[in-house]
Amino acid sequence: MIQHIRENRRLQGFLLILPAMFVMVMLLVIPLTLTVITSFGQRDADGNVIYTFTLENYWRLMGFTEQGWDDLYLRILLRSLWLAVQTTVIVILMAYPLAYFIARSPEKRRNFLLFLVLVPLWTNFVIRIYAWVMILRSQGVLNSTLGAIAGLLNVPFQPLDLYPSQTAVLIGMVYEFLPFMILPIYTSLEKIEPSLYEAAADLYANAFRTFWRVTVPLSMPGIVAGTILTFIPVIGTFVVSDILGGRQVILVGNLVQRQFLDARNPPFGAAASIILLVMTLVLTLYYTRRFGLGEEIAAG
Amino acid sequence: MSAKKQSPWLTLVSILVYFFLYAPIIVLIVFSFNASRTNVVFEGVVNQGPCGPFYWYCELFRNRSVMDATRNTLIIAFTSTVVSTIIGTMAALALQRYDFFGKKVSETALYFPIVTPEIVMGIGILVFFSAVFGWINTALALAPSQRLTMGLGTVIVSHIAFSIPFVTLVVRARLHGFDDRLEEAAMDLGANEFTTFRKVTLPLIAPGVLAGAMLAFTLSLDDFIITFFTTGPGATTLPIYVYGLLRRIVTPELNALSTIWVLVVLIVVAISQWFQRRE
Repeated sequence: MIQHIRENRRLQGFLLILPAMFVMVMLLVIPLTLTVITSFGQRDADGNVIYTFTLENYWRLMGFTEQGWDDLYLRILLRSLWLAVQTTVIVILMAYPLAYFIARSPEKRRNFLLFLVLVPLWTNFVIRIYAWVMILRSQGVLNSTLGAIAGLLNVPFQPLDLYPSQTAVLIGMVYEFLPFMILPIYTSLEKIEPSLYEAAADLYANAFRTFWRVTVPLSMPGIVAGTILTFIPVIGTFVVSDILGGRQVILVGNLVQRQFLDARNPPFGAAASIILLVMTLVLTLYYTRRFGLGEEIAAG
Repeated sequence: MSAKKQSPWLTLVSILVYFFLYAPIIVLIVFSFNASRTNVVFEGVVNQGPCGPFYWYCELFRNRSVMDATRNTLIIAFTSTVVSTIIGTMAALALQRYDFFGKKVSETALYFPIVTPEIVMGIGILVFFSAVFGWINTALALAPSQRLTMGLGTVIVSHIAFSIPFVTLVVRARLHGFDDRLEEAAMDLGANEFTTFRKVTLPLIAPGVLAGAMLAFTLSLDDFIITFFTTGPGATTLPIYVYGLLRRIVTPELNALSTIWVLVVLIVVAISQWFQRRE
């Protein structure tokens, strides 16, 4: 037996992958299959799942209810999608200059500057969002600072009503995922050969042209990786919207969570979660086909 | 990229982005010394009891639920890191260096969790465990006290599952430039497979394995969503505890907790940096 394993490389590889595949089957394949099965089911009066085959949950999500057309859930899906797109774009716009700045700093200083990007990540995810509650609420740090400045300048000041709101959710999302964009963009910028810039300069490209024709294309893998690392968690989260949006901002994540824990309607929650998964996979697949694979995920 | 003189605009924008990253952290730390219980307005530095300005820190250490949650968080993070690092490294070796039946499928299966929203995985595992536990409990007609429920076990298992793909990814990146001839040379010199692995392969991939383990540990420590759906009585982690607090009244204890959290991580990173420098 042992001799057989020693000589057979195919068997060795298979044995090495076996534990990982066992875990994936038990905790990914079977659970997702069960979720799909549940999404075709119904619930009884006590919130127990009755396994049937009905597309009712999906129809309801798409707006076709027994009472007629109702786009409540469609709007939730679109809102989540729109918020994820907004977050990703803002994060790219904020991350790129900083990543560029770090990549062009003296080599000795780069590690320290990157380290500074990572430190905020080490507080807890939930606590970081709570910090934004402290800043944004009506009597919070932002309003009292602005109020004090207005007082000094002797101008009237109307406190900003930011919390809870969709803007607060957007700020929270941008904050949570900014470092995940900075790191991969930095990694791809750092790899660019300096000689390419010299070549561009020799060919009479000005700084702007060099940036658009050399730097940006070569940093695309970093942007793609950062987008994947930002977009997917944003579209599926319910924590940020729960804490910073109050009851006003309901995203797919909140919908799924409430159907499972408050409304006790697992089949409907399962259907929403499957829609979320399909939406994410289709977009990720399209995006990576269009812009290349996110090779920098591993590096970041 | 080469170092060059930076434009002042770029420097200014970078400073602003750093400010945005740090403002919440500074607010958290400052408010951990707040005299007011309510944590809304800063009413001066607290000076109460034997701990003086560190009043909320002392309160924190007297808080049993926080201490229990800390213990749970660390147990879960350590266990899931050890197991997922071993399994993930094995998978990385298999995918990078062996050909076997079902390689393409395994590769896809291991990338899938990375592009799956966490909530989808969390819900799936919740559905799975409740079905399995319900079935076992009914089949064995267990008494209420013996019934299987969600708890530390289910959280650990779920953390192992979502960490493995990340460990594999990081270790594979390290194996990318691995020279197979080093192992062949060791074998030619009479080392058996085990010695070769221990003396040649492992030292070469060790930095990758360590990076993978650190990533797994961080992911586990910070995880909220999957833990939220797989936790049960007696298995409250710090993120879950904090989330529960947010729905009630938040005192500066929470700020003290996050300040300590940042400090501990800073110290751990400093120590690991120091060890790396020494090598």
